[in-house]
Amino acid sequence: MTLAATIRARLSHDFTLDVRFEAPPGVTMVFGESGSGKTTILRCLAGLHRPDEGRIAIGALVAFDSGLRIDVAARRRGLGYVSQDLALFPHMTVAQNLQYGLARLPATERRRRIGAIAAQFRIDHLLARRPGGISGGERQRAALARALVTDPQLLLLDEPLSALDHVTRSRIIEDLRGWNAAHAIPVLYVTHSHREVFALGERVIALERGRVVAEGRPQEVLDTPAHEPLAQLAGFENVFDATVLGADAANGTMRCLLPGGAELEVPLARAAPGAGIRIAIRAGDILLAAGEPSGLSARNALRGEVRSIEREGAAAIVMVDAGCRFQVHVTPAAVESLGLAGGQPVWLVVKTYSCRVVWNQSRES
Amino acid sequence: MDWQAIVLSIRLAAIVCAVLLAIGLPIAYWLTFSRWRWKFLVEAVVALPLVLPPTVLGFYMLLAMGSRSPLGRLWERWTGHPLAFTFDGLVIASILYSLPFAVQPIAAAFAQVDRGLLEASSTLGSSRWRTAVRIVLPLSVHGIVAGVVLSFAHTLGEFGVVLMVGGNLPGQTRTVSIAIYDQVQAFRYGEANATALLLLAFSFGVLSIVYALTRRPRAIASRT
Repeated sequence: MTLAATIRARLSHDFTLDVRFEAPPGVTMVFGESGSGKTTILRCLAGLHRPDEGRIAIGALVAFDSGLRIDVAARRRGLGYVSQDLALFPHMTVAQNLQYGLARLPATERRRRIGAIAAQFRIDHLLARRPGGISGGERQRAALARALVTDPQLLLLDEPLSALDHVTRSRIIEDLRGWNAAHAIPVLYVTHSHREVFALGERVIALERGRVVAEGRPQEVLDTPAHEPLAQLAGFENVFDATVLGADAANGTMRCLLPGGAELEVPLARAAPGAGIRIAIRAGDILLAAGEPSGLSARNALRGEVRSIEREGAAAIVMVDAGCRFQVHVTPAAVESLGLAGGQPVWLVVKTYSCRVVWNQSRES
Repeated sequence: MDWQAIVLSIRLAAIVCAVLLAIGLPIAYWLTFSRWRWKFLVEAVVALPLVLPPTVLGFYMLLAMGSRSPLGRLWERWTGHPLAFTFDGLVIASILYSLPFAVQPIAAAFAQVDRGLLEASSTLGSSRWRTAVRIVLPLSVHGIVAGVVLSFAHTLGEFGVVLMVGGNLPGQTRTVSIAIYDQVQAFRYGEANATALLLLAFSFGVLSIVYALTRRPRAIASRT
């Protein structure tokens, strides 16, 4: 069972969704910022939005083919769809919600399936309650179970867990993985959180302005983002425009000039001296030193000055001015032991391979 | 008190109500969900009785029901008696006159149903008919009740159309509002007052029920 989709849909005068991808059994993350067309892809697949052109095949079922004028109605596509707002029927109990998609089955089979799915998703004690009377996490479970109990050939999830705390979310994900281990269908999971991509996905499709810009394993796609917006989404807090100074092909590196005058050694890219490149660095990949570091394997040590320190959850965000502004994430304990304060001189230590070249003028022209 | 007129009015209102429920539901459904580009014309026609003077509406209906109109002739050949100045004619006129009072609250309730629920229903394999019966109708009960109650009350209290189409035949077309008019014309103020008070109390009761139902705090809570 594999999903193969080619979708072209003009959504407004300046936005056209134009994608082609395949999703094998397993969880495929559809990743992109809001407005990149993620939800529309799911709606096209589900049969709730008609593409202008394209072809959608769910295993052997051709659900849509503009050339052959095939457009199978949503109710005959045999898929599960969980929208962002879950859409549980408020006037029915959880059990009635689960039963809704099983009308064609005999009563005994219905009861058996509802019992099984309710046990698997740990909602058996909620069956007599209405969606209005249960918690957010329980509603998510009920909505997932309602989609899965129909035995879909494809599961579409539109940021279904975005409103949940981390622990609840990972438990639900475990249950979903457990279910899919036995069923092996393609699961498309829309998200704009790079943490979710790393945590859940076996594969990721990265979208930008209605196009697929990267596809593959999460580690590959998010660690070598080819586009700047994707870099920011993927958690690269520092993005700089730089100029190539010179290459050291033997070592696979090159030196470049940051705005403000600092120099940085980055992995070699095919760019001539003088060319413009864009570099992305994760805030968590930068080390801070209170004195000038020596004897390090890291090739980059930039002198700067602390501008501000902010607490955010379990991390401290330190803004450092080193000609250009760096965002560095450290632990609050590190702030204390280094005695960090505004105006204090510090050194930024960055490994060459923590710097990613996300845009390259030479490749563009 | 003119009990005959009161009973006649209630009978008329009950019949009109039942017919309006039967035709109002599909009309409201169509008005809510159709994407036909000329839909606004139908909306305007349905709403027409709201703004039209009852005498204008009554006048045209009288013409339409007369023995010289195709409708009037057809009716006479079919049933053997004329349509104008009869109870049957009154029923037809009242249905048209009260149509917006049934259709509009129902259509408003249909429109309030979250489209996401309808989409969920279709991805779960339901036809449009099943979605309408299992999702749209139950979630619109308050609007349907409001439509029924309003059209009942409105039919009970109508005057101009009845006078134009039905005249004032006791036991045939004399409704309670016409009876009050008659009593006042005859200076029987005490009787008129008693009948009027009855209608006032009834209308107040009906509106209280409608507002109590449309408030529906429970339904709102279970939405989130």
